[in-house]
Amino acid sequence: MDIDFILKVLPFYGAATWVTLTLAFYGVLFSLIVGTICAVINFYKIPVLRRIVYAYVEMGRNTPLMIQLFFLYFALPRLGIMIDGKHCAIIGLTFLGGAYMSEAIRSGLSAVGRIQVETGMSLGFGKLKLLRYIIMPQAVAVALPVIAATTIFLMKETSVVSIVAMQDLVYLAKDLLKEGHSAESNFLLVVSYLIIILPVSLVFSYLERRSRFAGFGS
Amino acid sequence: MLDSALNVLTSGRNFSRLMDGLGITLWISFVSVGLSIVLGIPAGLLMASKSKIWNFILRIYLEFIRIMPILVLLFLFYYSLSQAFEVNLSPFFVSVLVFTLWGVAEMSDLVRSAVTSIPVHQRESGRALGLTEIQINFHIIIPQAVRRLLPGVINLATRMIKTTPFVFFINMPDLMKVGQQIVEVSGIRDPMASVWVYGFIFLIYFIICYPVSLFSRYLEGRWQSA
Repeated sequence: MDIDFILKVLPFYGAATWVTLTLAFYGVLFSLIVGTICAVINFYKIPVLRRIVYAYVEMGRNTPLMIQLFFLYFALPRLGIMIDGKHCAIIGLTFLGGAYMSEAIRSGLSAVGRIQVETGMSLGFGKLKLLRYIIMPQAVAVALPVIAATTIFLMKETSVVSIVAMQDLVYLAKDLLKEGHSAESNFLLVVSYLIIILPVSLVFSYLERRSRFAGFGS
Repeated sequence: MLDSALNVLTSGRNFSRLMDGLGITLWISFVSVGLSIVLGIPAGLLMASKSKIWNFILRIYLEFIRIMPILVLLFLFYYSLSQAFEVNLSPFFVSVLVFTLWGVAEMSDLVRSAVTSIPVHQRESGRALGLTEIQINFHIIIPQAVRRLLPGVINLATRMIKTTPFVFFINMPDLMKVGQQIVEVSGIRDPMASVWVYGFIFLIYFIICYPVSLFSRYLEGRWQSA
Protein backbone atom coordinates (compact mmCIF):
# COMPACT_ATOMS: atom_id res chain seq x y z
CA MET A 1 0.00 0.00 0.00
CA ASP A 2 1.34 3.38 -1.02
CA ILE A 3 0.24 5.79 1.71
CA ASP A 4 1.43 8.89 -0.17
CA PHE A 5 -0.67 7.92 -3.15
CA ILE A 6 -3.71 7.34 -0.95
CA LEU A 7 -3.33 10.76 0.66
CA LYS A 8 -2.91 12.34 -2.75
CA VAL A 9 -6.12 10.90 -4.20
CA LEU A 10 -8.21 11.13 -1.04
CA PRO A 11 -9.80 14.47 -2.02
CA PHE A 12 -10.90 12.97 -5.33
CA TYR A 13 -12.56 10.13 -3.48
CA GLY A 14 -14.30 12.68 -1.30
CA ALA A 15 -15.73 14.41 -4.37
CA ALA A 16 -16.72 11.12 -6.00
CA THR A 17 -18.40 9.93 -2.80
CA TRP A 18 -20.44 13.12 -2.87
CA VAL A 19 -21.55 12.40 -6.47
CA THR A 20 -22.61 8.87 -5.52
CA LEU A 21 -24.39 10.11 -2.40
CA THR A 22 -26.26 12.86 -4.22
CA LEU A 23 -27.48 10.51 -6.94
CA ALA A 24 -28.48 7.89 -4.38
CA PHE A 25 -30.34 10.51 -2.33
CA TYR A 26 -32.40 11.80 -5.24
CA GLY A 27 -32.88 8.30 -6.62
CA VAL A 28 -34.24 6.95 -3.33
CA LEU A 29 -36.34 10.05 -2.63
CA PHE A 30 -38.07 10.06 -6.04
CA SER A 31 -38.42 6.27 -5.94
CA LEU A 32 -40.30 6.57 -2.67
CA ILE A 33 -42.59 9.23 -4.14
CA VAL A 34 -43.26 7.31 -7.36
CA GLY A 35 -43.60 4.04 -5.45
CA THR A 36 -46.11 5.52 -3.00
CA ILE A 37 -48.22 7.00 -5.79
CA CYS A 38 -48.23 3.69 -7.68
CA ALA A 39 -49.06 1.70 -4.55
CA VAL A 40 -51.96 4.03 -3.68
CA ILE A 41 -53.35 3.78 -7.23
CA ASN A 42 -53.22 0.03 -6.78
CA PHE A 43 -54.77 0.18 -3.33
CA TYR A 44 -57.80 2.17 -4.45
CA LYS A 45 -58.01 0.12 -7.67
CA ILE A 46 -58.30 3.21 -9.83
CA PRO A 47 -59.31 1.98 -13.32
CA VAL A 48 -57.01 2.59 -16.36
CA LEU A 49 -54.23 4.07 -14.16
CA ARG A 50 -53.99 0.73 -12.44
CA ARG A 51 -53.17 -0.99 -15.74
CA ILE A 52 -50.50 1.59 -16.52
CA VAL A 53 -48.97 1.14 -13.06
CA TYR A 54 -48.92 -2.64 -13.52
CA ALA A 55 -47.13 -2.36 -16.87
CA TYR A 56 -44.64 0.13 -15.44
CA VAL A 57 -43.88 -1.87 -12.31
CA GLU A 58 -43.30 -5.08 -14.25
CA MET A 59 -41.08 -3.28 -16.74
CA GLY A 60 -39.05 -1.57 -14.04
CA ARG A 61 -38.60 -4.72 -11.99
CA ASN A 62 -37.78 -7.07 -14.82
CA THR A 63 -35.06 -5.14 -16.64
CA PRO A 64 -31.58 -4.16 -15.44
CA LEU A 65 -30.76 -0.54 -14.59
CA MET A 66 -27.88 -0.58 -17.05
CA ILE A 67 -30.05 -1.13 -20.11
CA GLN A 68 -32.50 1.47 -18.83
CA LEU A 69 -29.65 3.97 -18.57
CA PHE A 70 -28.23 3.01 -21.98
CA PHE A 71 -31.64 3.59 -23.50
CA LEU A 72 -32.10 6.95 -21.76
CA TYR A 73 -28.62 8.19 -22.56
CA PHE A 74 -27.86 6.77 -26.00
CA ALA A 75 -31.21 5.99 -27.61
CA LEU A 76 -33.52 8.84 -26.54
CA PRO A 77 -31.36 11.57 -28.13
CA ARG A 78 -32.03 9.82 -31.48
CA LEU A 79 -35.72 10.31 -30.82
CA GLY A 80 -35.14 13.98 -30.11
CA ILE A 81 -35.00 13.85 -26.32
CA MET A 82 -31.69 15.03 -24.89
CA ILE A 83 -31.07 14.43 -21.18
CA ASP A 84 -27.69 15.01 -19.52
CA GLY A 85 -25.90 12.31 -17.55
CA LYS A 86 -26.92 13.43 -14.10
CA HIS A 87 -30.60 13.59 -14.94
CA CYS A 88 -30.38 10.29 -16.83
CA ALA A 89 -28.94 8.68 -13.73
CA ILE A 90 -31.67 10.09 -11.48
CA ILE A 91 -34.46 9.22 -13.92
CA GLY A 92 -33.06 5.71 -14.38
CA LEU A 93 -32.75 5.13 -10.63
CA THR A 94 -36.27 6.45 -10.13
CA PHE A 95 -37.67 4.26 -12.92
CA LEU A 96 -36.06 1.20 -11.38
CA GLY A 97 -36.56 2.13 -7.73
CA GLY A 98 -40.13 3.36 -8.13
CA ALA A 99 -41.16 -0.07 -9.35
CA TYR A 100 -39.48 -1.82 -6.42
CA MET A 101 -40.77 0.69 -3.86
CA SER A 102 -44.27 0.35 -5.24
CA GLU A 103 -44.16 -3.39 -4.57
CA ALA A 104 -42.71 -2.80 -1.10
CA ILE A 105 -45.41 -0.32 -0.11
CA ARG A 106 -48.13 -2.40 -1.77
CA SER A 107 -47.19 -5.34 0.45
CA GLY A 108 -47.45 -3.02 3.46
CA LEU A 109 -50.82 -1.67 2.37
CA SER A 110 -52.26 -5.12 1.80
CA ALA A 111 -51.26 -6.04 5.35
CA VAL A 112 -53.51 -3.34 6.80
CA GLY A 113 -56.73 -4.96 7.97
CA ARG A 114 -59.97 -4.29 6.11
CA ILE A 115 -61.53 -3.37 9.45
CA GLN A 116 -59.07 -0.47 9.86
CA VAL A 117 -60.26 1.02 6.58
CA GLU A 118 -63.92 0.47 7.36
CA THR A 119 -63.60 1.92 10.85
CA GLY A 120 -61.91 4.99 9.43
CA MET A 121 -64.62 5.45 6.83
CA SER A 122 -67.38 5.08 9.40
CA LEU A 123 -65.68 7.80 11.43
CA GLY A 124 -66.00 10.05 8.43
CA PHE A 125 -62.41 10.09 7.18
CA GLY A 126 -62.03 11.01 3.51
CA LYS A 127 -59.89 8.89 1.22
CA LEU A 128 -56.77 11.00 1.65
CA LYS A 129 -57.12 11.46 5.41
CA LEU A 130 -57.75 7.77 5.79
CA LEU A 131 -54.49 7.14 3.96
CA ARG A 132 -52.53 9.73 5.89
CA TYR A 133 -53.65 8.94 9.44
CA ILE A 134 -54.73 5.32 9.48
CA ILE A 135 -53.43 3.25 6.59
CA MET A 136 -49.98 4.65 5.80
CA PRO A 137 -48.51 4.61 9.34
CA GLN A 138 -49.32 0.93 9.66
CA ALA A 139 -48.36 0.06 6.08
CA VAL A 140 -44.97 1.74 6.35
CA ALA A 141 -44.17 -0.10 9.56
CA VAL A 142 -44.93 -3.42 7.87
CA ALA A 143 -43.11 -2.49 4.65
CA LEU A 144 -40.03 -1.07 6.39
CA PRO A 145 -37.75 -4.11 6.00
CA VAL A 146 -38.48 -4.23 2.26
CA ILE A 147 -38.11 -0.46 1.91
CA ALA A 148 -34.77 -0.72 3.70
CA ALA A 149 -33.55 -3.52 1.45
CA THR A 150 -34.67 -1.57 -1.63
CA THR A 151 -32.93 1.60 -0.44
CA ILE A 152 -29.65 -0.25 0.00
CA PHE A 153 -30.16 -2.02 -3.31
CA LEU A 154 -30.62 1.35 -5.04
CA MET A 155 -27.53 2.81 -3.37
CA LYS A 156 -25.55 -0.14 -4.67
CA GLU A 157 -27.06 0.21 -8.12
CA THR A 158 -25.70 3.78 -8.38
CA SER A 159 -22.34 2.09 -9.01
CA VAL A 160 -23.13 1.82 -12.74
CA VAL A 161 -23.73 5.52 -13.41
CA SER A 162 -20.27 5.94 -14.93
CA ILE A 163 -21.78 4.60 -18.17
CA VAL A 164 -23.70 7.85 -18.45
CA ALA A 165 -20.49 9.81 -17.83
CA MET A 166 -21.06 10.51 -14.14
CA GLN A 167 -17.77 10.85 -12.27
CA ASP A 168 -18.70 8.65 -9.35
CA LEU A 169 -16.58 6.30 -7.22
CA VAL A 170 -16.38 3.56 -9.83
CA TYR A 171 -15.42 6.05 -12.53
CA LEU A 172 -12.58 7.34 -10.34
CA ALA A 173 -11.39 3.86 -9.38
CA LYS A 174 -11.38 2.80 -13.03
CA ASP A 175 -9.36 5.88 -13.90
CA LEU A 176 -6.76 5.14 -11.22
CA LEU A 177 -6.64 1.47 -12.15
CA LYS A 178 -5.40 2.47 -15.57
CA GLU A 179 -2.44 4.19 -13.91
CA GLY A 180 -1.61 0.95 -12.13
CA HIS A 181 -2.57 1.59 -8.51
CA SER A 182 -4.98 -1.28 -8.30
CA ALA A 183 -4.57 -2.15 -4.61
CA GLU A 184 -4.89 1.44 -3.36
CA SER A 185 -7.76 2.48 -5.61
CA ASN A 186 -9.79 -0.65 -4.88
CA PHE A 187 -9.11 -0.32 -1.16
CA LEU A 188 -10.43 3.24 -1.20
CA LEU A 189 -13.38 2.14 -3.32
CA VAL A 190 -14.40 -0.48 -0.75
CA VAL A 191 -13.89 1.92 2.16
CA SER A 192 -15.94 4.65 0.47
CA TYR A 193 -18.89 2.33 -0.12
CA LEU A 194 -18.66 1.08 3.45
CA ILE A 195 -18.79 4.69 4.68
CA ILE A 196 -21.82 5.40 2.52
CA ILE A 197 -23.89 2.26 2.99
CA LEU A 198 -22.99 0.87 6.43
CA PRO A 199 -24.59 3.74 8.41
CA VAL A 200 -27.77 3.47 6.32
CA SER A 201 -27.89 -0.25 6.96
CA LEU A 202 -27.42 0.28 10.71
CA VAL A 203 -30.06 3.01 10.91
CA PHE A 204 -32.57 0.80 9.14
CA SER A 205 -31.98 -2.17 11.41
CA TYR A 206 -32.51 0.17 14.40
CA LEU A 207 -35.75 1.49 12.86
CA GLU A 208 -36.93 -2.05 12.14
CA ARG A 209 -36.46 -3.02 15.77
CA ARG A 210 -38.36 0.08 16.87
CA SER A 211 -41.25 -0.31 14.45
CA ARG A 212 -41.85 -3.98 15.14
CA PHE A 213 -44.33 -2.95 17.80
CA ALA A 214 -46.15 -0.48 15.63
CA GLY A 215 -48.82 -2.92 14.54
CA PHE A 216 -52.02 -2.21 16.40
CA GLY A 217 -55.52 -3.46 15.83
CA SER A 218 -55.26 -6.31 13.36
CA MET B 1 -39.05 2.59 -39.29
CA LEU B 2 -39.50 -1.15 -39.11
CA ASP B 3 -37.20 -1.48 -42.09
CA SER B 4 -34.42 0.33 -40.30
CA ALA B 5 -34.93 -1.77 -37.17
CA LEU B 6 -34.80 -5.07 -39.06
CA ASN B 7 -31.83 -3.85 -41.02
CA VAL B 8 -29.76 -2.99 -37.93
CA LEU B 9 -30.69 -6.12 -36.01
CA THR B 10 -30.16 -8.60 -38.84
CA SER B 11 -27.42 -7.09 -41.00
CA GLY B 12 -24.14 -8.96 -41.07
CA ARG B 13 -23.75 -11.20 -38.06
CA ASN B 14 -25.49 -8.78 -35.72
CA PHE B 15 -28.30 -11.05 -34.68
CA SER B 16 -26.15 -14.10 -34.03
CA ARG B 17 -23.68 -11.94 -32.12
CA LEU B 18 -26.45 -10.64 -29.91
CA MET B 19 -27.55 -14.23 -29.29
CA ASP B 20 -23.97 -15.18 -28.42
CA GLY B 21 -23.93 -12.32 -25.92
CA LEU B 22 -27.23 -13.51 -24.50
CA GLY B 23 -25.75 -17.00 -24.24
CA ILE B 24 -22.87 -15.69 -22.14
CA THR B 25 -25.24 -13.71 -19.95
CA LEU B 26 -27.42 -16.76 -19.34
CA TRP B 27 -24.47 -19.12 -18.90
CA ILE B 28 -22.92 -16.92 -16.19
CA SER B 29 -26.26 -16.76 -14.37
CA PHE B 30 -26.89 -20.48 -14.77
CA VAL B 31 -23.49 -21.59 -13.47
CA SER B 32 -23.57 -19.07 -10.61
CA VAL B 33 -27.09 -20.01 -9.51
CA GLY B 34 -26.17 -23.69 -9.62
CA LEU B 35 -23.05 -23.20 -7.53
CA SER B 36 -24.90 -20.90 -5.14
CA ILE B 37 -27.54 -23.53 -4.47
CA VAL B 38 -24.99 -26.31 -3.97
CA LEU B 39 -22.79 -24.24 -1.64
CA GLY B 40 -25.55 -22.16 -0.06
CA ILE B 41 -27.46 -25.08 1.42
CA PRO B 42 -24.66 -26.31 3.72
CA ALA B 43 -23.81 -22.68 4.59
CA GLY B 44 -27.46 -22.05 5.50
CA LEU B 45 -27.64 -25.20 7.58
CA LEU B 46 -24.51 -24.05 9.42
CA MET B 47 -26.17 -20.71 10.11
CA ALA B 48 -29.28 -22.44 11.38
CA SER B 49 -27.19 -24.65 13.64
CA LYS B 50 -26.16 -23.54 17.10
CA SER B 51 -22.48 -23.10 16.29
CA LYS B 52 -21.63 -19.58 17.51
CA ILE B 53 -18.35 -19.24 15.63
CA TRP B 54 -19.77 -20.29 12.26
CA ASN B 55 -22.75 -18.10 12.84
CA PHE B 56 -20.54 -15.11 13.50
CA ILE B 57 -18.26 -15.70 10.49
CA LEU B 58 -21.15 -16.26 8.10
CA ARG B 59 -23.02 -13.23 9.46
CA ILE B 60 -20.02 -10.95 8.77
CA TYR B 61 -19.62 -12.47 5.31
CA LEU B 62 -23.32 -12.00 4.54
CA GLU B 63 -23.36 -8.39 5.74
CA PHE B 64 -20.21 -7.49 3.79
CA ILE B 65 -21.58 -8.97 0.56
CA ARG B 66 -24.93 -7.24 1.13
CA ILE B 67 -23.29 -3.85 1.58
CA MET B 68 -20.76 -3.99 -1.28
CA PRO B 69 -22.05 -3.29 -4.78
CA ILE B 70 -21.43 -6.29 -7.07
CA LEU B 71 -19.51 -4.00 -9.36
CA VAL B 72 -17.01 -3.21 -6.58
CA LEU B 73 -16.55 -6.92 -5.92
CA LEU B 74 -15.94 -7.50 -9.63
CA PHE B 75 -13.28 -4.76 -9.63
CA LEU B 76 -11.71 -6.16 -6.49
CA PHE B 77 -11.38 -9.67 -7.85
CA TYR B 78 -10.60 -8.80 -11.45
CA TYR B 79 -7.95 -6.16 -10.87
CA SER B 80 -6.59 -6.59 -7.35
CA LEU B 81 -6.76 -10.32 -6.80
CA SER B 82 -5.08 -11.14 -10.09
CA GLN B 83 -2.33 -8.66 -9.24
CA ALA B 84 -1.83 -9.82 -5.67
CA PHE B 85 -1.43 -13.46 -6.67
CA GLU B 86 0.09 -12.71 -10.06
CA VAL B 87 -2.38 -14.86 -11.91
CA ASN B 88 -4.39 -13.98 -14.98
CA LEU B 89 -8.02 -14.48 -14.13
CA SER B 90 -10.40 -14.58 -17.07
CA PRO B 91 -13.41 -12.24 -16.93
CA PHE B 92 -15.68 -15.28 -17.05
CA PHE B 93 -14.00 -16.88 -14.06
CA VAL B 94 -14.18 -13.65 -12.04
CA SER B 95 -17.83 -13.12 -13.00
CA VAL B 96 -18.84 -16.60 -11.88
CA LEU B 97 -16.72 -16.29 -8.73
CA VAL B 98 -18.27 -12.97 -7.67
CA PHE B 99 -21.83 -13.99 -8.54
CA THR B 100 -21.37 -17.21 -6.63
CA LEU B 101 -19.99 -15.40 -3.57
CA TRP B 102 -23.06 -13.19 -3.66
CA GLY B 103 -25.42 -16.08 -4.38
CA VAL B 104 -24.05 -18.23 -1.55
CA ALA B 105 -24.59 -15.34 0.88
CA GLU B 106 -28.18 -14.81 -0.21
CA MET B 107 -28.90 -18.52 -0.52
CA SER B 108 -27.58 -19.32 2.95
CA ASP B 109 -29.87 -16.67 4.42
CA LEU B 110 -32.83 -18.14 2.53
CA VAL B 111 -32.01 -21.64 3.73
CA ARG B 112 -31.52 -20.43 7.30
CA SER B 113 -34.90 -18.71 7.42
CA ALA B 114 -36.64 -21.64 5.67
CA VAL B 115 -35.22 -24.16 8.12
CA THR B 116 -35.76 -22.11 11.28
CA SER B 117 -39.31 -21.21 10.24
CA ILE B 118 -40.41 -24.84 10.50
CA PRO B 119 -41.97 -25.28 13.96
CA VAL B 120 -40.14 -27.59 16.36
CA HIS B 121 -43.29 -29.61 16.96
CA GLN B 122 -43.06 -30.95 13.39
CA ARG B 123 -39.87 -32.78 14.25
CA GLU B 124 -41.15 -33.77 17.68
CA SER B 125 -44.40 -35.15 16.24
CA GLY B 126 -42.34 -37.20 13.83
CA ARG B 127 -40.38 -38.65 16.72
CA ALA B 128 -43.55 -39.37 18.64
CA LEU B 129 -44.85 -41.31 15.63
CA GLY B 130 -41.71 -43.41 15.76
CA LEU B 131 -40.05 -42.12 12.58
CA THR B 132 -36.27 -42.21 12.35
CA GLU B 133 -34.33 -38.94 12.05
CA ILE B 134 -33.66 -39.65 8.37
CA GLN B 135 -37.34 -40.29 7.72
CA ILE B 136 -38.23 -37.11 9.56
CA ASN B 137 -35.81 -35.10 7.44
CA PHE B 138 -36.90 -36.57 4.13
CA HIS B 139 -40.64 -36.78 4.66
CA ILE B 140 -41.36 -33.86 6.98
CA ILE B 141 -38.64 -31.22 7.17
CA ILE B 142 -37.19 -31.07 3.63
CA PRO B 143 -40.53 -30.99 1.73
CA GLN B 144 -41.70 -28.06 3.84
CA ALA B 145 -38.35 -26.26 3.68
CA VAL B 146 -38.22 -26.58 -0.12
CA ARG B 147 -41.68 -25.04 -0.45
CA ARG B 148 -40.59 -22.05 1.58
CA LEU B 149 -37.29 -21.87 -0.27
CA LEU B 150 -38.25 -22.17 -3.91
CA PRO B 151 -39.87 -18.75 -4.52
CA GLY B 152 -36.82 -17.09 -2.95
CA VAL B 153 -34.41 -19.12 -5.06
CA ILE B 154 -36.25 -18.27 -8.27
CA ASN B 155 -36.24 -14.64 -7.20
CA LEU B 156 -32.49 -14.83 -6.64
CA ALA B 157 -32.04 -16.29 -10.13
CA THR B 158 -33.86 -13.37 -11.78
CA ARG B 159 -31.87 -10.93 -9.67
CA MET B 160 -28.71 -12.55 -10.94
CA ILE B 161 -29.81 -12.35 -14.56
CA LYS B 162 -30.60 -8.67 -14.01
CA THR B 163 -27.18 -8.08 -12.43
CA THR B 164 -25.14 -9.80 -15.17
CA PRO B 165 -24.83 -6.57 -17.22
CA PHE B 166 -22.23 -5.50 -14.61
CA VAL B 167 -19.74 -7.90 -16.22
CA PHE B 168 -19.63 -5.34 -19.04
CA PHE B 169 -17.20 -3.43 -16.80
CA ILE B 170 -14.61 -6.22 -16.78
CA ASN B 171 -14.69 -6.65 -20.56
CA MET B 172 -16.93 -9.67 -20.76
CA PRO B 173 -18.60 -9.84 -24.19
CA ASP B 174 -22.09 -10.19 -22.72
CA LEU B 175 -25.34 -8.90 -24.21
CA MET B 176 -24.64 -5.28 -23.22
CA LYS B 177 -21.10 -5.23 -24.56
CA VAL B 178 -22.13 -6.79 -27.88
CA GLY B 179 -25.00 -4.31 -28.12
CA GLN B 180 -22.64 -1.41 -27.57
CA GLN B 181 -20.22 -2.69 -30.22
CA ILE B 182 -23.04 -3.09 -32.75
CA VAL B 183 -24.31 0.42 -32.03
CA GLU B 184 -20.80 1.81 -32.53
CA VAL B 185 -20.50 0.21 -35.98
CA SER B 186 -24.06 0.43 -37.28
CA GLY B 187 -24.64 3.84 -35.76
CA ILE B 188 -22.44 5.40 -38.43
CA ARG B 189 -24.80 4.34 -41.21
CA ASP B 190 -28.07 4.38 -39.31
CA PRO B 191 -28.43 6.90 -36.48
CA MET B 192 -31.45 5.01 -35.15
CA ALA B 193 -29.28 1.95 -34.41
CA SER B 194 -29.03 2.70 -30.68
CA VAL B 195 -32.81 2.85 -30.35
CA TRP B 196 -33.31 -0.54 -31.99
CA VAL B 197 -30.41 -2.36 -30.38
CA TYR B 198 -30.95 -1.09 -26.83
CA GLY B 199 -34.71 -1.42 -27.20
CA PHE B 200 -34.20 -5.01 -28.32
CA ILE B 201 -31.93 -5.82 -25.36
CA PHE B 202 -34.44 -4.21 -22.99
CA LEU B 203 -37.09 -6.49 -24.48
CA ILE B 204 -34.91 -9.60 -24.19
CA TYR B 205 -34.34 -9.03 -20.48
CA PHE B 206 -38.03 -8.42 -19.96
CA ILE B 207 -39.04 -11.55 -21.88
CA ILE B 208 -36.69 -13.65 -19.76
CA CYS B 209 -37.39 -12.17 -16.33
CA TYR B 210 -41.12 -11.45 -16.49
CA PRO B 211 -42.39 -15.05 -16.82
CA VAL B 212 -39.94 -16.22 -14.16
CA SER B 213 -41.09 -13.58 -11.69
CA LEU B 214 -44.74 -14.42 -12.46
CA PHE B 215 -43.96 -18.08 -11.75
CA SER B 216 -42.25 -17.20 -8.47
CA ARG B 217 -45.26 -15.15 -7.40
CA TYR B 218 -47.59 -17.99 -8.39
CA LEU B 219 -45.64 -20.44 -6.22
CA GLU B 220 -45.62 -18.01 -3.33
CA GLY B 221 -49.39 -17.54 -3.47
CA ARG B 222 -50.08 -21.23 -3.94
CA TRP B 223 -47.81 -22.58 -1.26
CA GLN B 224 -48.49 -19.96 1.35
CA SER B 225 -52.17 -20.84 1.40
CA ALA B 226 -51.41 -24.58 1.54
